[in-house]
Amino acid sequence: MKKVFERPKSMFPVPTHYCPGCGHGIVHRLLAEVIDEFGIRERVVGVGPVGCSVFIYNYINCDMYEAAHGRAPAIATGCKRMHPDLIVFTYQGDGDLASIGTAEIIHAANRGENITVLFLNNAIYGMTGGQMAPTTILGQKTTTSPLGRSSKREGYPIRIAEMLATLEGATYIARVSVHNPKAIIAAKRALKKAFKIQIEGLGFSLVEFLSQCPTGWGMSSREATKWVEEKMIPCFPLGEFKVPRSEKPVK
Amino acid sequence: MGEKVLITGNEAIGEAAIKAGCRFFFGYPITPQNKIPEYLSYRLPQVGGCFIQAESEIAAIYMVFGAAGAGARVMTSSSSPGISLKQEGISYIAGAELPCVIVNVMRGGPGLGGILPSQADYFQATKGGGHGGYHMLVLAPSTVQESVDLMTDAFDLADKYRNPVMVLADGYIGQMMEPVEFKERPQKVLPTKNWAIAGAKNRPRNLIRSLYLDPEELEQHNLKLHRKYLEMAKNEVRVETYLTEDAEIIIAAYGTVARIAKTAIKMLRERGIKAGLVRPITVYPFPYETFAKISEKVDNILVVEMSLGQMIEDVKLGVCGKAKVHFYGRTGGMVPTYDEIVTQIEKIVKEEVA
Ligand SMILES: Cc1ncc(C[n+]2csc(CCOP(=O)(O)OP(=O)(O)O)c2C)c(N)n1
Repeated sequence: MKKVFERPKSMFPVPTHYCPGCGHGIVHRLLAEVIDEFGIRERVVGVGPVGCSVFIYNYINCDMYEAAHGRAPAIATGCKRMHPDLIVFTYQGDGDLASIGTAEIIHAANRGENITVLFLNNAIYGMTGGQMAPTTILGQKTTTSPLGRSSKREGYPIRIAEMLATLEGATYIARVSVHNPKAIIAAKRALKKAFKIQIEGLGFSLVEFLSQCPTGWGMSSREATKWVEEKMIPCFPLGEFKVPRSEKPVK
Repeated sequence: MGEKVLITGNEAIGEAAIKAGCRFFFGYPITPQNKIPEYLSYRLPQVGGCFIQAESEIAAIYMVFGAAGAGARVMTSSSSPGISLKQEGISYIAGAELPCVIVNVMRGGPGLGGILPSQADYFQATKGGGHGGYHMLVLAPSTVQESVDLMTDAFDLADKYRNPVMVLADGYIGQMMEPVEFKERPQKVLPTKNWAIAGAKNRPRNLIRSLYLDPEELEQHNLKLHRKYLEMAKNEVRVETYLTEDAEIIIAAYGTVARIAKTAIKMLRERGIKAGLVRPITVYPFPYETFAKISEKVDNILVVEMSLGQMIEDVKLGVCGKAKVHFYGRTGGMVPTYDEIVTQIEKIVKEEVA
């Protein structure tokens, strides 16, 4: 019989600690599949964040660092400069990357560090219990924006992909989503492209994943995927924002 | 004897790092240590190394974390406000047991303070400036030549203990020019870095982390770190004693101040006062024993610092009540003169000995 589905080899055979319906597990799996498909596990180094995915090292079987909150791109820089032949990725949430770590991500992108960034945008601080994130959308209620985010009080959601795409140092910037199978297939395509760019030495690549957080949002899994479709995507449009010079972006 | 070159302390520190095999530097400009990154920005590429001017001291220390975790000989340098920003990273580095060297060319504080020499970061350097209870090895040079010698030792000690090592200098040492010799030294046999990130090829994967959510596990980790600090205290204490054999009164000082104190001691001896010096070279681990012994012979110890009294606490711990501990300090970038030190000692002699 032909095997059509199995656990990626780069993943440890353990259950994850993520809540039902969370997008982190999906993105982990895509990551492991991409590592397997390129056959690069022995050359891959991951830098995990502080956030719900702090334990990513329990799931992906490669050399790994556990970073301080927001600093993964700096750690990845130090590692990649020491070992230019290794394939280095960071995995970061929106509090990690778009709030406390904005300086590190902007400058890593601007230096054109040859690393790949997986940026999971769930519009909330999951790990600490559902506080407002820089990516929380207008009107969204969180434990620290109980009346709903107001632009007057709390400012606007930050669009990281668009912002980083303005930097000359960045090579590939895309935003994808993992709220339905079609979106997941497109997400994997973008992630694979991002890794390919690093493998070919073309420079900085980042994929922003819009992800559902049913627990943090106080919704069922089904409601959460609907919320991604109806609320998040209009605020954070999907597509490629920066591609290598020889290509046209996929809209 | 090798050739001597006339060089500023900051540049000497840079060259000494290169000679010690350091190939990675990450830092952010701040006076009075700018000559270190400036020097390394052209020297490192010449030897196949890597220099990055980071976006902040925070980013710089985490680049150090990344390179150290990947097995590099790596350093950063800064001055007081910048070192404060690095504290979070230093705590993570200590927690993850990564070897690296951090140079602090101290300037006056608190806050933005000033840009002139100071020793006001002693507490921060020796008592764990970041969170969580950890220690660095802290080496305090008092001349440019000693800065050079201690830089090599710093990298070796970092590798030996898998621990961050701080070279605690001050603006005087950084900016002063002196003739120095870069001595050829035999390579130390050091543990191989089989824990480092290099790609999980033909081995189980390596993991660099400081997170232990299980309290029993974290306690074990902290006990392991603690044993390491005890080991350092047993093996690595360094102290210079100067004219202590026949001394009736002792000055305790480190770094630039110790140098000034030596001149004061010569002047005092010409006036018939037998003064001597105890100069900690490692301020962590601290030479408590030396102070315990000396306090059995003398009744008075004058601690002199470019702060309003920080090392004095360790001196008192060493002395343990067996001698009277006096203090003289200047702060904010003011440097104590030998005349001031002589006056202080004369006053003590008059009041205590008469
Ligand atoms: C310096 C520091 N500040 C705050 C925290 C607490 N903290 C842990 S996770 C987190 C938010 C993470 O949110 P996000 O990056 O959005 O990731 P998610 O948990 O949603 O996946 C915060 C603030 C910390 N660990 N370190």
